[in-house]
Amino acid sequence: MPQSVEKLKDHVKLFHEPEYADMLRDKRENFECPHPEDTVREISEWSKTEEYQEKNLARKSLVVNPAKACQPLGAVFAASGFEGTLSFVHGSQGCVAYYRSHLSRHFKEPASAVSSSMTEDAAVFGGLNNMIDGLANAHSLYEPKMIAVSTTCMAEVIGDDLNAFIATSKEKGSVPQDFPVPFAHTPAFQGSHVNGYDNMLKGILTNFWEQAERTPGTAINIIPGFDGFCVGNNRELKRILDLMDVEATIVADPSDVYDTPSDGEFRMYDGGTTIEETKAALNAKATLSLQEYCTKKTLAYASGKDQETASLHYPMGVEATDEMLMKISELSGKPIPDELVLERGRLVDAMTDSMSIAHGKTFAVFGDPDFVYGMCRYLMEMGAEPRHALATNGTKPWAKKMKALLESNPYGQKCEVWQGKDLWHMRSLLNTAPVDFLIGSSHGKYLERDTGTPLIRLSFPIFDRHHHHRFPTWGYQGGLQVLVRILDKILDTVDDDTNEAGVTDISFDLTR
Amino acid sequence: MSLDYENDREFHEQVIEDVLETYPEKTRKRRKKHLNVVSEGDSDCGVKSNIKSMPGVMTVRGCAYAGSKGVVWGPIKDMVHISHGPVGCGHYSWGQRRNYYTGETGINTFAAMQFTSDFQERDIVFGGDKKLRELIDEIETLFPLTKGVTIQSECPVGLIGDDIEAVAKDKGKALDKPVVPVRCEGFRGVSQSLGHHIANDTIRDWIFDREKPSDLEDPDAGFEPSPYDVVVIGDYNIGGDCWASRKILEEVGLRVIAQWTGDTSLAELERAPKAKLNLIHCYRSMNYISRHMEEKYGTPWMEFNFFGPSKIETSLRAIAENFDDTIKENVEKVIAKYRPLADEVIEKYRPRLEGKKVMLYVGGLRPRHMVSAYEDLGMEIVGAGYEFAHKDDYQRTMSHVKDGTLIFDDVTAYEMEKFIERIRPDLVGSGIKEKYPIQKMGVPFRQVHSWDYSGPYHAYDGFAIFAKDMDLAINNPVWGKFKAPWVEA
Repeated sequence: MPQSVEKLKDHVKLFHEPEYADMLRDKRENFECPHPEDTVREISEWSKTEEYQEKNLARKSLVVNPAKACQPLGAVFAASGFEGTLSFVHGSQGCVAYYRSHLSRHFKEPASAVSSSMTEDAAVFGGLNNMIDGLANAHSLYEPKMIAVSTTCMAEVIGDDLNAFIATSKEKGSVPQDFPVPFAHTPAFQGSHVNGYDNMLKGILTNFWEQAERTPGTAINIIPGFDGFCVGNNRELKRILDLMDVEATIVADPSDVYDTPSDGEFRMYDGGTTIEETKAALNAKATLSLQEYCTKKTLAYASGKDQETASLHYPMGVEATDEMLMKISELSGKPIPDELVLERGRLVDAMTDSMSIAHGKTFAVFGDPDFVYGMCRYLMEMGAEPRHALATNGTKPWAKKMKALLESNPYGQKCEVWQGKDLWHMRSLLNTAPVDFLIGSSHGKYLERDTGTPLIRLSFPIFDRHHHHRFPTWGYQGGLQVLVRILDKILDTVDDDTNEAGVTDISFDLTR
Repeated sequence: MSLDYENDREFHEQVIEDVLETYPEKTRKRRKKHLNVVSEGDSDCGVKSNIKSMPGVMTVRGCAYAGSKGVVWGPIKDMVHISHGPVGCGHYSWGQRRNYYTGETGINTFAAMQFTSDFQERDIVFGGDKKLRELIDEIETLFPLTKGVTIQSECPVGLIGDDIEAVAKDKGKALDKPVVPVRCEGFRGVSQSLGHHIANDTIRDWIFDREKPSDLEDPDAGFEPSPYDVVVIGDYNIGGDCWASRKILEEVGLRVIAQWTGDTSLAELERAPKAKLNLIHCYRSMNYISRHMEEKYGTPWMEFNFFGPSKIETSLRAIAENFDDTIKENVEKVIAKYRPLADEVIEKYRPRLEGKKVMLYVGGLRPRHMVSAYEDLGMEIVGAGYEFAHKDDYQRTMSHVKDGTLIFDDVTAYEMEKFIERIRPDLVGSGIKEKYPIQKMGVPFRQVHSWDYSGPYHAYDGFAIFAKDMDLAINNPVWGKFKAPWVEA
């Protein structure tokens, strides 16, 4: 009997036991009508070839394992960065269940959002009544300070008019007239979650800024963008801003709501940019985006309000952090304090100490466009060589900018940029042009298994490892975290390659 | 075994009344019908079910697509399931359901992958049929060992008037493989449940009733029927559940010719009608096709329950009633063989779990099916509810719950939080969306859709893991750390 109380086995070990292994073999042979083993092996080998890659890259319609989600996920994430804000997604209800699950699986935290639960009749007659009842219910049950409305593709296809629906709902008393209900149309069939983030953020700012008068001030707005590491990163950002004594508003800051304590109380809302801060953000001297491709429309809107605007690409590593600090300093007029110079020196020191480990190692990177840009840039600072840079939701301008970055750096010369490609394309690439390590999200674990490329999880979503997002990857401190994650993976791999006693353990070194 | 206890009726009735107070009037009236306290002897739980969720209340429910792609079709491992429409639905459901299978993913099995047509605006405007044809060809090119394709429709497909049935017919003929169009758009129905039904119907229409081109492999080839052939239906092999069940069914001498649907091959779908008996675990999601097989092929079906030793024993004996003495004798041998294991599990864990109160909120089966497993460990069910159950589920529930048990249908996050706040159960079993809010309230929690990344929980091997997990959830030392020692309560 494979199971016992003393040596309890769960799924990890249980099915390796002979009783189960035999049973599964018999099932396969007797009932599954499997393809002959030779055929499976042949196709498996063929899937690793140049010939397969050529067919794979020639795909026009089929998308397999894309590293992108849809717009409303980004909208829900953006809205969660505002104080007391409840996301209300207009359309089919299953979508909202998916966004909530997705965010909870990554953050290991509650993710609250409501749906207008449109069904077949609403598809025919429109979802106005769902909006009227839904806003009333959400308002009385969950007592938000703001309800941020976005849309599923169902509502977009039938053409529901959010502006009119919200106005009617207010007339019908669903929520008070002066209760903020910003909105954004977030069709899932355009762009990805990064665009949904942009649209929702612009919608929220528009709600508070459009009718207001701007009194130019000295403060700056900083928009972090869609970021799975927002908990660690936004807190690091705030620490840096405090050190610099900069008057700044982080616009959309979900670092608290996705990191509430366990103390007996469930906080549906926590922290976030306040409504007062959001209103006052109109008066800012400038708005700085830390992720350009998450904020194109929002920055254009801020620019239209006579604010200076600037954008970066995920400030990870030395240069990118330098750039961020200098930009903040320039916009705010505040100098960069010595303490940050010291931190910078410590990161550079760590990189110096460990240079031999990452130098020359080759990497494939996938994720959101700004992440891929920032990650490749930092890798090149370590003397590592990115070889594949892939963003399923990357745009042509992104690809151009990526190429310019890589061409400008001796360590980027051999890197190819894969815009709009998916992780099944990446599988081919890792087979035909292998690299030492892969950097991306948990979805990369299938590539790790299939191609033997060790995965370093540094981008959203991370489902199968816990709590990394609570530590920063931005700034010099974040740079150190990222460096250590990469070094650990490299050195673990070296140990794995040299740990068979008496066989491969010649260089099983104590000090590395 | 059946524990003897009753729940506090008056208190539960008061809790319902208090919770309803916050709702706007129209919603209060509607929600009232979904909440009740059961009385022994009633014919059902006395709640309305399977009707539309109210907008804005934070229902836990999903959609028809989730019921079809996520539950019924998704685990058919040697077919490719296309999430047809925009990218999100397939992305969020990608690799999340833990319906284990064997095979080389991407080569001869495809369940843990995300295939999508990734609709863009032009597909909405001009229709997606052309793209669909092209991508089915691309699947054939890149994944030649796929046994067939299903088209899992997302919302826009049904709104823009695409004719996926026509595409499926053409492509099915051209490829000599099943190409199954599934109209599981998320706006259909009120929950996952209609998706199950639609998926069941498409198995009937597009697998059972398929005109097989002459050159296709014959599913009957090499298949010798036996008097002991059974099919396990409605076990999705979460964490390997169905394998644990299969093991003891085989030990009693039955031949499991198909598992539906977890670790399922197309051949197992096609051959199922040859069984002598269909054994249904999840009645809610697969009763439709079982009834159909009974009508059309004369295959009887029966419900069974492999959660916890009490129900395993009852179920094994009930199953044996359909077979000869050999099976009946074998059943007794198997029960005797595993009883020491079950007893040891109970001996170890029952003292740690005795009297603990449990609240369950799951899909359409587990809130009743798991009750006895908890009771085997001395635990008591204070409240139970379903996301997408129908009236017949609430009828079936009555024989599992005690007088005074709180019942909640399609519960809202608000109600759930209030119920837990007031009742303070010792353990809640529900899903990922409920896990973290409830744990933060200081109440132990286990996910009972995914087994919280553990399992299997079915059959004897699974019961040991179930008991261990309930113990760790309730008795982990972290629950004692919620308050800082210097902060007054």
